[in-house]
Formats: sequence, structure tokens, C-alpha cells
Amino acid sequence: MLYLRSSSMATLTAMFSRKFSSLTRRSLRVCVVGSGPAGFYTAEKMLKAYDEAEVDIIDRLPTPFGLVRSGVAPDHPETKIVINQFSRVAHNERCSFFGNVTLGSSIFLSELRQIYHVVVLAYGAESDRVLGIPGEELSGVHSAREFVWWYNGHPDLSQLAPDLKNTDTAIVLGQGNVALDVARILLRSPAELAVTDIASHALSALRESSIRKVYLVGRRGPVQAACTAKELREILAIKGLYVNIKEADLLITSADEEEMKNNRIRRRVFDLLSKASSSSHPHPSSGQKELHFTFFRKPEKFLESNDRNGHVAGLHFEKTTLKEVEGSGKQIAAGTGQYEDLECGLVLKSIGYKSLPIDGLPFDHSKGVVPNIRGRVLSCDAAQPEDGLYVCGWLKRGPTGIIATNLYDADETVASISEDIKRKEPTSEFAITKPGREGLLQLLESRMVQVVTFRDWEKIDSEEKRLGSLIGKPREKVTDWRNLLEIAAK
Amino acid sequence: MLASKSLRLGAQAIKGLTRVSHFPKSVCPTTLTRRNPYVQDGELFSTTATGTADVENEEKQKISVTFVDKDGEETQIKVPVGMSMLEAAHENDIELEGACEGSLACSTCHVIVMDVEQYNKLEEPTDEENDMLDLAFGLTETSRLGCQVIAKPELDGLRLALPAATRNFAVDGFKPKPH
Repeated sequence: MLYLRSSSMATLTAMFSRKFSSLTRRSLRVCVVGSGPAGFYTAEKMLKAYDEAEVDIIDRLPTPFGLVRSGVAPDHPETKIVINQFSRVAHNERCSFFGNVTLGSSIFLSELRQIYHVVVLAYGAESDRVLGIPGEELSGVHSAREFVWWYNGHPDLSQLAPDLKNTDTAIVLGQGNVALDVARILLRSPAELAVTDIASHALSALRESSIRKVYLVGRRGPVQAACTAKELREILAIKGLYVNIKEADLLITSADEEEMKNNRIRRRVFDLLSKASSSSHPHPSSGQKELHFTFFRKPEKFLESNDRNGHVAGLHFEKTTLKEVEGSGKQIAAGTGQYEDLECGLVLKSIGYKSLPIDGLPFDHSKGVVPNIRGRVLSCDAAQPEDGLYVCGWLKRGPTGIIATNLYDADETVASISEDIKRKEPTSEFAITKPGREGLLQLLESRMVQVVTFRDWEKIDSEEKRLGSLIGKPREKVTDWRNLLEIAAK
Repeated sequence: MLASKSLRLGAQAIKGLTRVSHFPKSVCPTTLTRRNPYVQDGELFSTTATGTADVENEEKQKISVTFVDKDGEETQIKVPVGMSMLEAAHENDIELEGACEGSLACSTCHVIVMDVEQYNKLEEPTDEENDMLDLAFGLTETSRLGCQVIAKPELDGLRLALPAATRNFAVDGFKPKPH
């Protein structure tokens, strides 16, 4: 195996050296870390802005596209169409993708900064915020990210095996779009999911799932729910689903009205919730799947099961009420001293993702982002920008927004890069030749890293499509690290 | 305000350096305009008409559309009746994004109809289009998605502005919503 890796690496390096020599000497060497939307949009904009730019995108996974592959729900194929655009970027002769390359182990940040003129970190948010309340470590409690990676066949979590068989109730903490995604996957008919690219291990588990009741719990009210209208409309339209929204929760205050006046999304989401509430039946019929929107509840602690040691059996909530933060127009949840328990056998925490720091990178631990001014990374001590180091996407602004947000985010980071390059030009800083791609590949070869190129990814892609076509799915994801690397090396 | 100004200068600097066309050369326009098999509302932007004689006339007919980019630069193009503004923009190298290729799953082809009278000649946006417009940057009262605006004779002379989204993103404290 090792032999195979190093020999294929040698071929690779030779291939690139040849291609390399034909390029002009004065290339602008750019490395983008992370191949999700932020990474690809940054690469695209750099290639567009500079004819002399040579952009290498590295990713720790053997597969590109980040959350478009492992985050976007399997029943949202239209959202994944943007992959076509990213693939066109990857096919640009001045762009390369190198998968299975991990920043911090295959290659270090200090090395990248030596090899490249510009390094843009766009590696997203691969961890989770925690509630920090008792019982969070009980089995049956997962972050929504873990659950999403599991059903989307992310190779790190294909073994998660959440227990869906010993309970009829799941609680989802949070009411954003990720919360709606996981609730919808739990409630949708598996027959409908069977024609998507959902991972087969997840499909079988969902087919055997005994969960028929999902609570979507928010600390605040229906006016503050963080989801958007599209996702809400979609879950409300699930065939045969009983939807419960308490009418009392829909009584709004003047502060609520003010919030809605200033926010079209909040207004339209509230309208949808109101309509769903008034059109629903008073009680579910037997066997009907149920979705409960539960507002004004703050989780206090996870309850442990009496029969199953170490397993979650429910949640203890404090009831809340809204309190206005003076002058901000915002309302926060305040405890009322009244409590309520809800039983369940599965909890999915959808309370936000968190970025991970790496060695040598300034990091704001409280905000979970890299300190930056319009994409320029700021050094730890002073407010001085780090030379040639930039961020984009969730690592830059926190884990919110839609794919398109990264378009504007990348615009901003690339504008900062351009300003800096312009400022440096008189001193001919770019005349300094940097090894770029060649230097990267040499280092990776010396470390026996099996680099997965975009062509290698296309082998994985074809194999997944072939496997999918055998069972009526657009794609059957390969979810195992070793298999992915083997297919890539063929 | 200061930030916004320097950012615009930055954007212009990029523009000045741009020599590569909107898409790499491998792009075939037909891949951008292909109908998405998953879209159930496909009929919304279907170009097939029912009449026969009318169809021939309509197909030959083109209207004039002007795109105004965020720096105020104007590009006038001819758009065949029945074609969406997203397709038309791409066929003419106008920098309008189309991440979901017209399947109503993103807001990247957001355009602003500059004349209210022209706006009123368009059919009301559907709930699905409004859901996407919710997420558009720099939304206005006459915002539409380019993929949903279909050329028809009454729209001759249509003027569409591309939103200056970068400024909104950087300065106006835009709070993006989760996907």
C-alpha cells in the first residue's frame, strides 16, 4: 500500500513539474484550505482576478465540496447543483484540488505560508457548540452535525449508529434550518428518501426507526424561530404529518411586531406557523407521525433512563418568557422558575457549529472564529494583519448563512487580497518566486501522503453514481476512508 | 461609509485586473440552462406555448434588456421571447450568478427591476420564489430572481440592476440566515 502511494505520488509530481515549467515564472501562488463553498468561491474569484494566479485547493477529505456534500440534506438535490459550478472551477487549468491533505498533520500552516504567496483558510466549522448542562454526555444525545454527517455518509461518522429503535420520541434542540432538516429526515417516509443520495446505512436505520414523534424546541417564540420559510413550508407539507403548535404561543407582543416589521423572513415564518396552527386537527389519529413546535423552553438538564444505564430518557426544561434587551430591539429568553419535563430516547442538539483552531493560527475562542478584518487574519497580540494570510466562510464570520453568503464573503476576502497585492507591487514582492504546487507536492510525497486529485475524485464520483444507478439512487456514497482512498488510487 | 468606499475601490481594482471571462472555457451555456429534473414547478419557466402560428412569431421576436452592474455600467442585450433573464445574462457574459441553475433553490440570480411599471407587468412571484428572495442580499420592493423573469414582448426596454451586494455584506450589518 505504501509502495503504491509513493509511486503514484512520483508520477504526480513528474506530471506537475512538466506542466509547471510551461507556466510563467511570475505566478501568484495561492493555496485555499477547504473545498466547500467558501473555498471554491474564493478560488474562482482569485482565478478571475489574476491571470497569473495558480490556485491549489486542499481538503482533509478525499472528496471535495464540503457541506454541499456532507451538510445539504439528501432530499435537497437542487441545492447541490452548485457542484457543477465548483467542478468547472476545479477543471480550470490553473486550479488544482488535493484531497486527503490535512492542515496540521500532512502539512503545517507555517509551511503553506512559505510555499505560497497567499494562503486562504476556508476550512469551516467541524465541531459543535455545547450546552454545558448536566447529562449532555449521555448516550442518545448527539449534535445535529453528527447526525447530518451520518445520514450524508461523511467518512468520519458513518459508524455513528444512532439508536432509532428503542424510542418513539426524538427531541431536537433548536429551530433553525439544520433542526428542520434533521426533523424532516426523521419524519419523512423512507420510501421518499430511498431515491435520494442518503447514505445506505442511514436509510436502513430510518426504515427500522420507531420514532414517530419529534419535538422542535426553541428557547424563544415563533417570531424568533431561526428557520427560513422554504424549509418550514417543506416540513409542514410532509404527507400525513400531524403538526402541533400551541395557539397560546402564537399570541404576540408589540415587541414581536416590531421585530417582524424589520424582518421579512421572521414575518413570513410566523405567518406559516400561524396558518399551520389554525389548520391542524386537535388530536393526531392513531399511528400518525407528529411534529410538535415547542416554544419558550430552555434545556436545564438531560434526564437519565432508569432501565438503560447511561442512556437519555428525557429533558428537564425551564419555561421562559421574552425580555427586551434595551435599545437593541432584540428579545432574549428569561427563565420563569417554572419547569417541565419531556420524555424522549433521542436528542439532537442543533444549537450551532463551531470552528476548530490550529497551531500557529490566531483564534478567538469566545466567538469561535479567526480574528480578521474583511478577511485579513489579525495577529494574536496586535491588531496587525498577518502577511499573506486570509480567511473566508464560517471560519471568518461564524457558522451562519446560506451557500450564497459565501459568494459575497469570498468577494470581500479577495478584495482585501487584491488591495494588499496592489500595495506591495511597487516593492516587487511578487517577483519573489514561491514554489507553490511543486513545493507542496514534494513535501506531501516525502510524508507519504496519498494525494487525491480532482481526477481521482472523479473516479470516486463515477463509482458512486454507478453504485447508485444499481438501486435507483442518484448516487451511493462511499462512506469508508479506506474504500475512498482505494478507489482514488485505482 | 469609509469602509464601503474602500471596498468599492477594491472591487474596482479586481475588475480592472479581470481578463478571464465569467466561466472557465469548458462552460457550455446549455449546461446552465438545462431544466432540473427535480423541480416540480418546472412549468413556471417552461418556454413551450400552445398556439402554433404565435409560437413562430414569438420565437423570432427579441426584446431589448439592459443590465446595470453594481458600478453603474450598462450592457444592453437582445433577449428572445421566452428566455429567462438568467439564461440571457449567461449567454451574454453578464456576471449574474446562477448557483442552482434556475431550479429555485438559491437567490444568487437576484435582479432589481428598475422601473416599477415594468415590475408590475411581471406575474406575481410564487411563494417559492419569495422564499428565496427572503435570502437575497440587498432586497428591494422590485426584486426578482433572474431565472423567474421570462422575456415577453411587453417587457421590451426592461432595465435590471444587479444588486451591490458586497457593500451590504460588509457594511450594513447583514445577518445571514442558516441554510
